[in-house]
Amino acid sequence: MKGKFTGGVHPNDSKDTRESPIQNLPLPDELKISLLQHIGAPATPAVSPGDRVLKYQAIAEPSGYVSSSLHAPVSGTVKAVEPSPHPSGRLIPAIIIEPDGRDEELDLSSSADPDLKKGPEAWKKMVGDAGVVGMGGAAFPTHVKLNPPGDKPIDLLVANGVECEPFLTADHRLMLEEPESLMGGLHLAMEMVGAKRAVIGIEANKPDAVEKIRSMDLPAGFEVEVLPVMYPQGAEKQLIYALTGREVPTGGLPMDVGVVVQNVGTLAAIFEAVTKGRPLVERVMTLGGTMPKGPGNYRVAIGTLLSHIVENTGGLEGPAAKIINGGPMMGQALAGFDSTMTKGTSGLLVFGPGESRVLKPRPCVRCGTCVRSCPVSLMPHTLGSLVEWDQFDLLEEFHVGDCIECGCCTYICPADRNLVQWIRQGKAELITRSK
Amino acid sequence: MITAVISLTGLGFVAALGLGIASRKFHVEVDPRLLTIEGILPGLNCGACGYPGCGGFAEGLLAEEVEVTGCAPGGEEVVNQLAEYLGLEAAGVVRKVAVLKCGGGTGKAAIEANYEGVEDCRAAMLLGGGGKACRYSCVGFSTCEKVCPFDAIVMSDDALPIIDPDKCTACNKCVVACPRDVLTLEPVEHQVIIRCSSPDSGARVKKVCSVGCTGCGICEKVCPVDAATLDGKLASIAPDRCVECGICAARCPTGAITDDLLPRTTIVISDVCNGCTVCAKICPFDAITGDTKEQHVADPNRCTGCGLCVSRCPVDAISLSGPEAVSTGG
Repeated sequence: MKGKFTGGVHPNDSKDTRESPIQNLPLPDELKISLLQHIGAPATPAVSPGDRVLKYQAIAEPSGYVSSSLHAPVSGTVKAVEPSPHPSGRLIPAIIIEPDGRDEELDLSSSADPDLKKGPEAWKKMVGDAGVVGMGGAAFPTHVKLNPPGDKPIDLLVANGVECEPFLTADHRLMLEEPESLMGGLHLAMEMVGAKRAVIGIEANKPDAVEKIRSMDLPAGFEVEVLPVMYPQGAEKQLIYALTGREVPTGGLPMDVGVVVQNVGTLAAIFEAVTKGRPLVERVMTLGGTMPKGPGNYRVAIGTLLSHIVENTGGLEGPAAKIINGGPMMGQALAGFDSTMTKGTSGLLVFGPGESRVLKPRPCVRCGTCVRSCPVSLMPHTLGSLVEWDQFDLLEEFHVGDCIECGCCTYICPADRNLVQWIRQGKAELITRSK
Repeated sequence: MITAVISLTGLGFVAALGLGIASRKFHVEVDPRLLTIEGILPGLNCGACGYPGCGGFAEGLLAEEVEVTGCAPGGEEVVNQLAEYLGLEAAGVVRKVAVLKCGGGTGKAAIEANYEGVEDCRAAMLLGGGGKACRYSCVGFSTCEKVCPFDAIVMSDDALPIIDPDKCTACNKCVVACPRDVLTLEPVEHQVIIRCSSPDSGARVKKVCSVGCTGCGICEKVCPVDAATLDGKLASIAPDRCVECGICAARCPTGAITDDLLPRTTIVISDVCNGCTVCAKICPFDAITGDTKEQHVADPNRCTGCGLCVSRCPVDAISLSGPEAVSTGG
């Protein structure tokens, strides 16, 4: 059953924070909750400046089926709804809340189901109302994934504990410290999609997590699979292939091959949402890289300024030269610490001067290394050159839409070509043109 | 030798006969006007009209799908010829050129990060739009220069595009390609331009750029014809109202408004003047002096050629003169 997906690379995993237990951060003086924290349409604010909100109170509603609601992580006053720096580098409207320090909670007892009596359909609605999104990084609204159409029977639920991005250890710590909510969420998700079996995929560089999960009483139909370390194994389609040998067709979704994949953090959030009625207002993230004085894994409220995280963990050793939101392979470089935590922020990496290599692209020598490394069997060198020379019309013939932007091609290219950025530019251009 | 000549000549006749029959039998009727129209069109095949080339545009014209004004690169001359040939009325053509609405070049716009990726504005937009702190500025990686089919755009030393108005045909390609929307098409005679696109608050603009529009509103106050208005925190000038007097550019505290209309026209007051003082009263620049019932005189150093007095003079004593003695709206 176990296989190896096509391509992939093997960067140094640099998981220096794997021994750091999850710690809580003090609440900031101001929270900026971005209306775009998920894939899909930005949420619509449900509060106006001056309103007092309670912790867990809904402050923004989904503006479509593929969208997600937002909740207040603290009690306090809404100061404004205004464009604020978003990790993508753009300005996106955000709800700005000033905490009052009292942490008054909304009564959640009516929306909770502690004895699990309400059944899968009610749970799906609870997950949607709680604003749960995929916590692996892409932040796809979870209630959409848990609601496959009737003609696509699901037989397998995959819990994604791969965490293949170097430096990030948030999922790893979560599996070690909160396996009960993870397993609880897995049970709930299985019932919601009607799967009979579940596999938890964990890479071999987390033996303690494997042991921890195996030491729990695993009921029939549950398995833990140890996978060889390989990037990008945490990508859904690659993980499905590695675990089952099933290949998700071009343009298809995992549900087309009877599988639903959920990140372990998402499963824990599902458990919280159903048993306690608690919306997603905080998440575990890794502060890493060489510069932070207090690297580790932290539970941070959504909307916290990145500068607050750095300041409250001891600051930096020296000047920051490279700041990355997420992991080093797929994460986004930031210009500063002025953007905020979103539901998809799995890590914040800070490096010093001279530690990141600046690519000086040279002409492609057609060595084919990128083709061998591509996990979706594309020809990244061709796609890159097409964009470089403005031949956008040909991109679709070379299946640019199948690119998962994992960055293996850029990582491996001996000519230092910015292949993945070209491909992303090409995709963006095609979207602009189709409008 | 003889056989070769005869057989080749024979072959030639046979082929000629075949071609002759084919040209009669498979003859396609072509609208004879098509060729003439293609002759009038510039033949650049730039695609600015929305058709793949000039031939397509000519067919579109004959099918009455487009107006004669659809050919931007052709300008007034081509439009008039087309209108004359097709017997149509040509609406007034205003020649436009691409204009950069940003002045934040190297050294003027604050830098918040070193951008190290692909040197293309559209690629840089995926990473927050390059290293400039202003999120509305020209990115400066010359995507407009690359897409311009007429070589009308070159990048200046401070990494801003310079548009040659003589070469620009208003084909709109750079406007579409610019991911920050800092390029627009403006009438070529409109030369008083706001070189900023940032709707940010004045405090933020001051922090990120030395030549940005802070929304102070001085231009709105000094404009004699209400062409400059404040749209939120960003000034804008309506080209159809602007008289190109340039007073807003002179008074703008940050230099966000530029005035490239040089040399200017000035007014001449003839001896028909009856000294009614209307012109002296309405002149926003106090350029006209004279006593009641005496011929007035204009100070060429103060006159900006705005032409406001020309239309108000009851005896038509005032005319515009100078290198470009054209009325520019108003």
